[in-house]
Amino acid sequence: MSHDDANPMLVTPASVSRRNFIKGVVAGSVAVSSAAYLFRGSTPLSGQARSGSVERLLTLTVNGQTRRVDVAPQETLAMTLRYKLGLTGTKLGCDRAECGACTVLVDDVPRYSCSVLTHAVRTQKIQTIEGLASADGTLHPVQQGVVEEQGFQCAFCMSGFIMATVGFLKKNPNPTREQLAHGVSGNLCRCQDYDKILTALERGAALSREVARG
Amino acid sequence: MADSRLVGKNYVTPDLVAKVTGKAKYAEDFRAEGMLFAKLLLSPIPHGRVRSIDTSAAEAMPGVRAILRASELPAPADNVTDLGETIRANPKAERALTDEPVYAGEPILAVAAIDEETAAAAIEAIRVDFELLPFVVDPLASLRPGGPNPRLEGNVWGRAPVAPGQPPAPLDIQELKWTAADFAEYDQGKMPMGKPQIEWSYGDLEAGFKNAALVLDETFSVANNQHHVLEPRSALAYWQNGKLHIHSGTQSAVQTVASISRWMRLDAADVVLITEYTGGGFGSRATGSVQCMIPALLAKKANAPVMMRITREEEQAIGGIRPAVHGRAKAGFAKDGRLLALDLYLVGENSAYEAQADAASGGRFVSLLYQPEAMRSRAITVLTNTPPRRAQSQPGGLQAIMIVEPVIAKAARKLGLDQVAIRRLNAPEGKAKVGPANAKGERGYATSAFLKNALDMGKAQFRWDERKARSGQRMGSKVRGVGVAVSTFVGGSTGFDGLFVIKPDGKMYVQSGVGNLGTESVFDVHRVAAELMGMPWENVVIAWGDTSQPLPWTCVSGGSQTAAAMSRAAHAAASDAAAKAKEIAAKVLGGSPASYQLADGRVFSGGRSMSLADVARRAIELGAKYDGHELPDDLNKVTATAATAMAGQGLMGVARDTYPRDGASFSFVAGFAEVEVDIETGHYTVVDYTAIGDSGTIIHPRAYGGQVLGRGVLGMSHALSLKTVYDQHYGLSLTQRFYQSRPPTILDVPRNMKWEAVNIPDPETPTGVRGIGEPPVAAGACAILNALSDALGDDVYRRAPVTMDSILMALEHGRPMQAPLTAHI
Repeated sequence: MSHDDANPMLVTPASVSRRNFIKGVVAGSVAVSSAAYLFRGSTPLSGQARSGSVERLLTLTVNGQTRRVDVAPQETLAMTLRYKLGLTGTKLGCDRAECGACTVLVDDVPRYSCSVLTHAVRTQKIQTIEGLASADGTLHPVQQGVVEEQGFQCAFCMSGFIMATVGFLKKNPNPTREQLAHGVSGNLCRCQDYDKILTALERGAALSREVARG
Repeated sequence: MADSRLVGKNYVTPDLVAKVTGKAKYAEDFRAEGMLFAKLLLSPIPHGRVRSIDTSAAEAMPGVRAILRASELPAPADNVTDLGETIRANPKAERALTDEPVYAGEPILAVAAIDEETAAAAIEAIRVDFELLPFVVDPLASLRPGGPNPRLEGNVWGRAPVAPGQPPAPLDIQELKWTAADFAEYDQGKMPMGKPQIEWSYGDLEAGFKNAALVLDETFSVANNQHHVLEPRSALAYWQNGKLHIHSGTQSAVQTVASISRWMRLDAADVVLITEYTGGGFGSRATGSVQCMIPALLAKKANAPVMMRITREEEQAIGGIRPAVHGRAKAGFAKDGRLLALDLYLVGENSAYEAQADAASGGRFVSLLYQPEAMRSRAITVLTNTPPRRAQSQPGGLQAIMIVEPVIAKAARKLGLDQVAIRRLNAPEGKAKVGPANAKGERGYATSAFLKNALDMGKAQFRWDERKARSGQRMGSKVRGVGVAVSTFVGGSTGFDGLFVIKPDGKMYVQSGVGNLGTESVFDVHRVAAELMGMPWENVVIAWGDTSQPLPWTCVSGGSQTAAAMSRAAHAAASDAAAKAKEIAAKVLGGSPASYQLADGRVFSGGRSMSLADVARRAIELGAKYDGHELPDDLNKVTATAATAMAGQGLMGVARDTYPRDGASFSFVAGFAEVEVDIETGHYTVVDYTAIGDSGTIIHPRAYGGQVLGRGVLGMSHALSLKTVYDQHYGLSLTQRFYQSRPPTILDVPRNMKWEAVNIPDPETPTGVRGIGEPPVAAGACAILNALSDALGDDVYRRAPVTMDSILMALEHGRPMQAPLTAHI
């Protein structure tokens, strides 16, 4: 398939040579600060296991469903969710674990999905903002709290805040306002609407307790 | 709207469920078949010229589909305003790409490839030979005799002199240097005040100082503040049937089509902008971002959709910065605290591109806020090799107020006056005067001002006297302080259009040309129209954020214009439709139109009544003005086109806001803060914060409170933490990420802040509304600064942000230890 090398339209598995791979590594080291943000959407290795390489075709458990997906070894969970699984509710604000916009739950623990390699969570349960509401559209109590209090302005940080709260409430179902603030302190809101956000999340915590009581 | 059902009430905005479920799509959430990815090559140097670029290796790489150079950008187009006035394009203004970078991080070229790794590898394979040019990152350094210039032609914008009677020369870059004598007091930390670009004054300044019981002369510096929008300005572009489709965040939907069409040299009808959700703007994308034309041009060249994802470092380079301002204020006070004379000089720091008006406009806001009996305002804006300055919440007002508020606080301490009382004494009231006199010798004025009410409410709500009694008391190593600050900014424009149709299904279809950046004004303003139509809110359907739909001429969402301007326009459209509905009812049911009223989706008079669904059917039968086949003559052509597209579908409400307005709209905020400082470490926390808004009638209380406190915290970030740092030797940014320049987190602000509003309708607008987006900012910033000096005494800080180390150093040495005038430290 060496003829494919000449045609940029037809990048096949064989066309990614050791030379190109090394070039990619070199380029990556030059632009080291943005390497993880780079996205190889064309999946040139298309799942073929090669000697010394990682099995690329994973079965992920996302929002209660199993999803077969082709994942490059260096791919972050945020990129897999956003670009392979169409779950764009998870946002990328900084791609370097500074802002929390990409927070998802991994086995019920809030994690920055920009800084988790997808391969590292292949056996774990992943939950995103899209997986919170019931199939009939009933909102999760934390989502409902945000709706009732008009929490957040631009809302680019919102799914991260909501996932961090849902994860926090699993271990701390009855937090004070102060404790809840600490629970979401790894999330930045540049609209700086923190007061209204905290009120909305508190409402969400109260609604969660009501649901838990039945 | 005394007995209103909608205005002044909370409700669930139509975008909120999509936001909480992750279904809301921002620019980077869209996908297009065959989409390519773009990467940028950024300038590694603060000023230079491209001698040559070798792209051959990149072009030979498999998967590289297009490379875009600066030379391929369309030439900047002139701007023809709504009034038909032509503003000539500035050939030296910021463009999407350049071969003469004037700041480190400026985009030089772009590559589109089948994926980002390939695009990035191609960028690395491109060899650029730069000729290094002189640079400067400190405005005062550039003003020194023989100081470096940021551009080859000079360091300021100006116009060449012309003969009397000739039209003014175009804006161009000139050189302006101050004299060595101007810098005589620089080393004492006193801001030099050489030749200004702008100067105005009123009243007798000298007499004011002569009669003053206290004269202060203070230098203060306000740092740059990156906008830090959480959604980087990523964009997706593709072409279909000759039209450019572009997904991009912006503050304004309709007005951004105008700027994209100008940048791209396209007819506005050939631009489709999808911008239903925008992840923050704060002024940095008022009418979009010029860089969005990069994927548009790459998409044309590669004949495929192009996604340009902007990284955080790139966002910090191109996304915008509020300009730093150095200021010097000489203020003379009477014994009772009245401000008799104010002599203000502001030096604005700018990029080497278009000048932001922050320094030039700052004096105007101060003149309104403290009503000095005599005032002189001078300003200069100096270009440097740092990233583009863009308007940021309360542009100019924030910096000028931050420079003057600490002077007021110091004066109150020196004169033994209460901090609330001195602000109340000097506060504007009613149609308060603002700025210099015009050619006829008349000074302009505000439509209304109720700042004294705000101060009174805040004083009670905050329990000011009680807290004041305990301020300054030591508790171990901790000491508390309380601060109050006042603030103002413009609060609304006029002359825009409203458009909606009530269809035979009984629903009211509102066309909103406002951008959706989270303030909710995109929906809130239409509550006014629904209220006037007596239309239940659940029957209101709002179209927004997609300019392929018919949308009316709409203000730029910036400078707190929207709530006032577009509620006026909504009011005008609803008044038009209400009159038509009453005429139709009178035709069908008898009686005079004036006898009819609107409520609950019906038009009625005594026992006679018909539904608005029936009115819509009749409107279509009647045609003419009723269903939009005849339109008012004074509509903007954008609105006329939109209304024509919607004609014949039902009862149309369409009108231009021609309501009179005596004075200019300004809004006000009073902020109250308590801080606790640990004098052993210099660390301090904001214990409490309360803000009271004076911006007329409130449409949507929760959204309003979000602005009063949210913008207040943006202001606090100026006092607490945010600044840019540029290496003076290499001209490179050292604040490229959140961890280097961190906006406040939820733990940096009080856990229970409070807001209230005066809520007195503005008498000069039919809806009573003024905007609230801007004035909370300086209130938040200055309440913190003033609380710090209340706790620690005067002369602890001379620049903001006030950091732990600066407090500790000043306490140790008994005087401020920071160099007040060096930029970017």
